[in-house]
Amino acid sequence: MRPAGEQTPGARLVARIEEYSSRTGRTVRLMEVCGTHTMVAFRSGLRSLLPERVALISGPGCPVCVTPNGYIDAAIELSRLPAVTIATFGDLVRVPGSGSSLERERANGAIVEVVYSPTDALALARADPSRSVVFLAVGFETTVPGIAVAVRTARDEGADNFMILSALKTMPGPMRALAGGGEVAIDGFVCPGHVSVITGASVFAFLAEEFRIPCVVTGFEDLDLLKGVAMLLAQVAEGRSEVEIEYTRAVGMEGNRVAQQVMAEVFEPCDSEWRGLGTIPGSGLALRERFAAHDAAGRFGLEVRSAPPASGCRCGDVLRGVLTPPQCPLFDRACTPATPVGPCMVSSEGACAAFWRYGRRPA
Amino acid sequence: MCLAVPCEVVEVNGRIGLASVDGALREVDFSLLDGVAVGDFVLIHAGFALERWTEADVVEWKAMLDGTWSGETP
Repeated sequence: MRPAGEQTPGARLVARIEEYSSRTGRTVRLMEVCGTHTMVAFRSGLRSLLPERVALISGPGCPVCVTPNGYIDAAIELSRLPAVTIATFGDLVRVPGSGSSLERERANGAIVEVVYSPTDALALARADPSRSVVFLAVGFETTVPGIAVAVRTARDEGADNFMILSALKTMPGPMRALAGGGEVAIDGFVCPGHVSVITGASVFAFLAEEFRIPCVVTGFEDLDLLKGVAMLLAQVAEGRSEVEIEYTRAVGMEGNRVAQQVMAEVFEPCDSEWRGLGTIPGSGLALRERFAAHDAAGRFGLEVRSAPPASGCRCGDVLRGVLTPPQCPLFDRACTPATPVGPCMVSSEGACAAFWRYGRRPA
Repeated sequence: MCLAVPCEVVEVNGRIGLASVDGALREVDFSLLDGVAVGDFVLIHAGFALERWTEADVVEWKAMLDGTWSGETP
């Protein structure tokens, strides 16, 4: 128990943030590039605790949100093929493609199964060899190693009816694009904690060294995020740009070597299209040739084409931090969680969904 | 989507096992971590254990949740 009258850890952190903020003497813009951080920031009310001159802006950290329409269209095309089961994480089901969604296809008879793990998708393939099970591989470095293990296991078992459609992406590329693009001024990155568990914090060193942007790898409790913001402001106030780790209970500089090895064994870098950021060289992951039997695009002769976003949808601008959700003309009008136009309103970690749920002012 | 939760390992059978999240059991794949044992705390994402936490890590995390944490000094 804390003695009566003693400040809470959160209050002490807020006081420290205010002190650093006044020392900087200017507006400081910090970008979080993890959808889970976005949700924590809104749900906890942390934004309302920050001084006016500290802005927390959301970046391209929600995998579902950055997946472009062309990928959704390809998944829908696959779902319409005979004897194909689509297995996917839940968030993707309601994302609108160019003319439909997986939810709508399921209502029309497509088999779309929501799974918790890629190994659940592999289990579906084992259970019914007469069907091709296509796992929609969407995610960042946190999710990739598990998918790599599932693919390798399927190869070892000869389960050729298990395939993936890869839209897997890695974080350094878009962070470089944002840091070097000059469109949004970023004074610090709240770096993604669980991506860093795999990659190690050192993967962000180029941001501190080349772009002189402070980076703090941050955890996901409310106090973690407050402390991460305080550490970033300390760097700004003291004129430092380093990679620091707030989330020390999970993250080191080098990451999970076993996970890195299985990723490299199964996948190779490829160019990848990001909603709002365009195609970023080397920012995607494709199956290596020896795992081609598990590549749904190759097996079905499917091309993932570029497709424009829905008319009026500004998710791309939101993902670059250029626009806040309420500045989008569709926000809370044509686009709501019940009738989402863009993925940032669908995903539980999308900035628009977070803003709609926690950030709107009472009518 | 990159959400991961710390869980206590309660059963290990080769590369799979069971972990407890406040008493709810969940099958976990340990392929990405060497030498996992019953009683370990591991961080789980999409059915895979990604990292092992020390006892001090677990104590820090629980202190954050119950308001007794004092690690706020940057």
